[in-house]
Amino acid sequence: MSETIAMPAVAAAEPAPTGPVVSAKDLTRRYGEGDTAVDALRGVSLEVPSGQLTAVMGPSGSGKSTLMHILAGLDQPTSGEVAIAGINISKLGDSDLTKLRRRHIGFIFQFFNLLPMLTAEENVLLPLSIAGEKPDPKWVMELLGRIGLTDRRAHRPAELSGGQQQRVAIGRALVSKPTIVFADEPTGNLDSTTSGEILELMRSSVDAYGQTTVMVTHEPRAAAIADRILFLDDGLIVKELGRSEAHDVISVMEELAGS
Amino acid sequence: MIRVALRGLAGRKLRASLTAFAIVLGVAMVSGTFVLTDTMNGAFDSIISQSYKNADVVVSGKTAFDTDTNGNAVQAPSFPETLLPKVRALPDVKAAAGSLTDNKTKLVGRDGKLVGGHGAPNLAFSVEPRSDQRFNPLVLTSGRWPSGAKEVAIDSGTAGNKHYKVGDTIGIQTRGPVQQFRVVGVVKLPGVSIGGATMSVFDIPTAQMLFHRQGRLDVIRVQAKSGVPTPKLLSEVRAILPSTVQARDVAAQEKRDKKTVNFTSFIQYFLLAFAGIALFVGSFVIANTLSITIAQRVREFATLRTLGATRRQILRAVVIEALVIGTLGSVTGLFLVLGLAKGLNALFKVLGFDLPTAATVFKERTVIVSLLVGIVITLLASLRPALRATRVPPIAAVREGAILPPGRFARLTPILSLITLVLGVLLLGYGVLGHGLSTANRLGSLGFGIVLLFFGVSANASRLVRPLASVLGWPATRIGGTAGVLARDNTMRNTKRTASTASALMIGLALVTFVAILGQGIRSSFESAVDDLLRSDYALTSTDTFTPLSVSDERALAKAPNVTAISGVRAGSARILGKTDNLTGVAPNMAQVIHLRWKQGSAAVPSQLGSDGAFVDHKYAKKNHLTIGSPINIETPSRDRFTVLVKGIFKLPNGGSPFGPVTISNANFDAHYPSPENEMVFVKVRGGVTDANTATLEHQVKGFADAKVQTASQFKTNFEKPLNKILILLYVLLLLSVIVSLFGIVNTLVLTVFERTREIGMLRAVGMTRRQTRSMIRHESVVTSLIGGALGMAVGFFLALLVTHALSSEGIVFAVPWLTLLGFVLATVVVGVIAAIFPARRAAGLNVLAALQYE
Ligand SMILES: Nc1ncnc2c1ncn2[C@@H]1O[C@H](COP(=O)(O)OP(=O)(O)O)[C@@H](O)[C@H]1O
Ligand SMILES: [Mg+2]
Repeated sequence: MSETIAMPAVAAAEPAPTGPVVSAKDLTRRYGEGDTAVDALRGVSLEVPSGQLTAVMGPSGSGKSTLMHILAGLDQPTSGEVAIAGINISKLGDSDLTKLRRRHIGFIFQFFNLLPMLTAEENVLLPLSIAGEKPDPKWVMELLGRIGLTDRRAHRPAELSGGQQQRVAIGRALVSKPTIVFADEPTGNLDSTTSGEILELMRSSVDAYGQTTVMVTHEPRAAAIADRILFLDDGLIVKELGRSEAHDVISVMEELAGS
Repeated sequence: MIRVALRGLAGRKLRASLTAFAIVLGVAMVSGTFVLTDTMNGAFDSIISQSYKNADVVVSGKTAFDTDTNGNAVQAPSFPETLLPKVRALPDVKAAAGSLTDNKTKLVGRDGKLVGGHGAPNLAFSVEPRSDQRFNPLVLTSGRWPSGAKEVAIDSGTAGNKHYKVGDTIGIQTRGPVQQFRVVGVVKLPGVSIGGATMSVFDIPTAQMLFHRQGRLDVIRVQAKSGVPTPKLLSEVRAILPSTVQARDVAAQEKRDKKTVNFTSFIQYFLLAFAGIALFVGSFVIANTLSITIAQRVREFATLRTLGATRRQILRAVVIEALVIGTLGSVTGLFLVLGLAKGLNALFKVLGFDLPTAATVFKERTVIVSLLVGIVITLLASLRPALRATRVPPIAAVREGAILPPGRFARLTPILSLITLVLGVLLLGYGVLGHGLSTANRLGSLGFGIVLLFFGVSANASRLVRPLASVLGWPATRIGGTAGVLARDNTMRNTKRTASTASALMIGLALVTFVAILGQGIRSSFESAVDDLLRSDYALTSTDTFTPLSVSDERALAKAPNVTAISGVRAGSARILGKTDNLTGVAPNMAQVIHLRWKQGSAAVPSQLGSDGAFVDHKYAKKNHLTIGSPINIETPSRDRFTVLVKGIFKLPNGGSPFGPVTISNANFDAHYPSPENEMVFVKVRGGVTDANTATLEHQVKGFADAKVQTASQFKTNFEKPLNKILILLYVLLLLSVIVSLFGIVNTLVLTVFERTREIGMLRAVGMTRRQTRSMIRHESVVTSLIGGALGMAVGFFLALLVTHALSSEGIVFAVPWLTLLGFVLATVVVGVIAAIFPARRAAGLNVLAALQYE
């Protein structure tokens, strides 16, 4: 497959750069104009350290998704700057952003967003085939094993359960060994047993591959697997925790709701 | 990415094939046209080359021009048969044979009616029964060659269809009443079907007598002795020919003959034009269907973008899909072609154009052009939707209910659509009304104008959808109840989608409406012209109204006791003032049967033409600067030259003239044409039109199978028949584009049902029956197609107004055939109902539970 964006073949294998993988400064985001304007972010600064799982916690409507979209270059901030792997993305054009996504970013969506006509394995390999890269068979075997779909690799998404579909999506996010993986409510569409399995899988990808991950969630149980938890409320980071138990997270949330 | 695109397509087989279907018919029409015309050409080529088999040199009379104004070959003048022994005596001649051909000698069946006809030729040949037939293209299938008076061989088609066999008696009519001949042989041209044509074969003396060419021949075929080069033989033959006779080598002769059958290229262009319309409509359908499918896949494109796909890759994926769809449709079209070519031929046959055919000719060019046209059209149609797909932002992957983003120039769209519409109207106006345009410029601006007009109406139509739907949807809300109301509101939901779906139908309806109104205009102007001109009680014409009649028919009719005036109008082609044109002749009593308005001269002019007078119409006079006394040089096909002087100028009647541009006296006409013919004969009788008078006249021409006595009003309606046939032909050909747009409605509905799965499930859950669901989809379909119909009729009205205005100087009036248009409205409803069948069944068949769970 011929490609329009030339990239060094080693891109995916490059070690993550030292320093923060993602850094954001004074991010604001306003939706709409005039009286109906909503300030979803009102000055957020943060750094995501390499090799960690960072959770962004907060009640519904607090601006979590907005923050993640901006960090991932899917949306533009109204003001402020974002750098991914040391590259300031605020001023990048579409094709440079695409290049950046290929090399540095993996996504996990709440609704999986698998391509229905491709098999599980093809879905996992999709980012490589889009970038015109040859998959390393050993890595693919390893990855399929880790997401537990070795024997279902030839199934279509429609033949898989929700949890299995999200496993495929996780495999797809990890396959190009991106600098950072963004996950928006990865368990938001799953029952609690399955959620637990998915969270375990995400944790294990951080432990096993040192995969830097940012996860947006409103579930304390999900936040509890993170190395660091940022609490967002009304467009501002209001608190930060290290590794915590679910009940600690819950009490912070209650505290926030009460204030 | 290519794999993603192809897999995606494979996963949407139904939708892909529905899209592909939009071009199947157009492509089939393109290749069908090629196959049909190539096959006809093959048949003619084979007929022509067979007629010169074994000949190296062909001797024939010189003509002033090869073809008449209708593109038919003119009969070459005959020459004395004494030339044949001289040719045979030449040193290098191995064999030579003389022959005669005629296209006025007809076969008459047992019922006293002509065999064949309907414009297909009646061919007659001579044969030398005792020769070795080396030059004879015909072969006997039974019996023997005719020898002696009253013996004929007929073609196997006639023998088969009319049940004639050797030993039977058959009627032969040529310049005089029917005579009975004995069938002694049945012949055919090997490998070719001659279509509706008939053949009769006589020995040479009989042919000379029947064709009024005693002691003369039309052609001598010459074969060289072996080893003699053709040029040598040719110059030997030429050396002994009189100046009125020419010799050609066989290649040159075949080339000349082929020129006379170039009407197949007209048929080809004509049919290709309709294929073009069907493809144009198809491109609308494809663009619309792709837009909808792409809108439904916004999430998928956005996800691909988040995974690192570039805009180019998205573009490529969509274009590859279009490529596959185009190829699929084109190949299917090609497969359909053989059926369609046969269908087209059958259509022509039904309408009375029965043309020769031979083995089906399927050229490489047909395959290449058809595939190319289908694929390129699909690709072009996919371009806009594909470009919009590239504008899907990655963030659409995470947004609920993401819609296709507007294009970069979305803000300008309303202005651009208006400009397109106005430009189209202006170009059309310029093309129709502009003075002094060259044909190429005129056709160019008309073509561009109409395309822009269709684009313009389609682009602006979304703004008309709401008002149109509320008016046209009213019956649906009455008939369908809640289902009808929902249906009407559904058509207003996505006005753009409804507009582009309806636009495809708009094109077909605009064209049929235009044709119907124009046809009605031509018809009524013709009728009023006839009413104004014709003062006779009866008219005598050939049975098909148009083929000229031998003057012997007129002479026979003149003897009827009740006739008070009889006046034949002669017609033939001639080179007049250096141009091939129609020359007509009139009797001195013409003013009694035809009333002309004279600009110069008076009603006495026809009786004063004598041997050197002529009258012309005022337009011809103006164009050629003719006034009373101007000389006009005329040359007949047999190179007889003479000059006439203008004695009168009449006002060219609106709605058509019975005469050619130049008219001379019948006496003069007969002096220059070896076998003169009447285009029509007008008759006045004592007591006017009565059954008794009709019977008397009919009895008088009973022996003439080729002639038909009609009252003046029958004459009028018979004259309109070809126009009606042409209208039917046009309707049938335009029906193709209507069918294509019907598929467009099917596509949109199927995609809409798919999109509204959840909603339909909900409606079913709250108590909508399957029947109501079906009715809802059906009403939506009918309202959509009525919107297309309304737009189309409006455009058709506009086009007809424009064109009739431009043609008003030709007497074409703007006349609306309301009944026909009402028929079109009903047809539009039928289109809607048919288009809904499949989508409605799908909607009603949805599993309620699954529909509600569908994500
Ligand atoms: N596209 C949008 N247009 C307008 N307002 C939006 C849009 N997206 C989000 N918002 C508003 O921004 C605020 C933050 O939303 P979001 O980032 O989705 O929060 P969370 O993901 O934490 O639930 C909410 O008030 C939401 O209504
Ligand atoms: Mg959210």
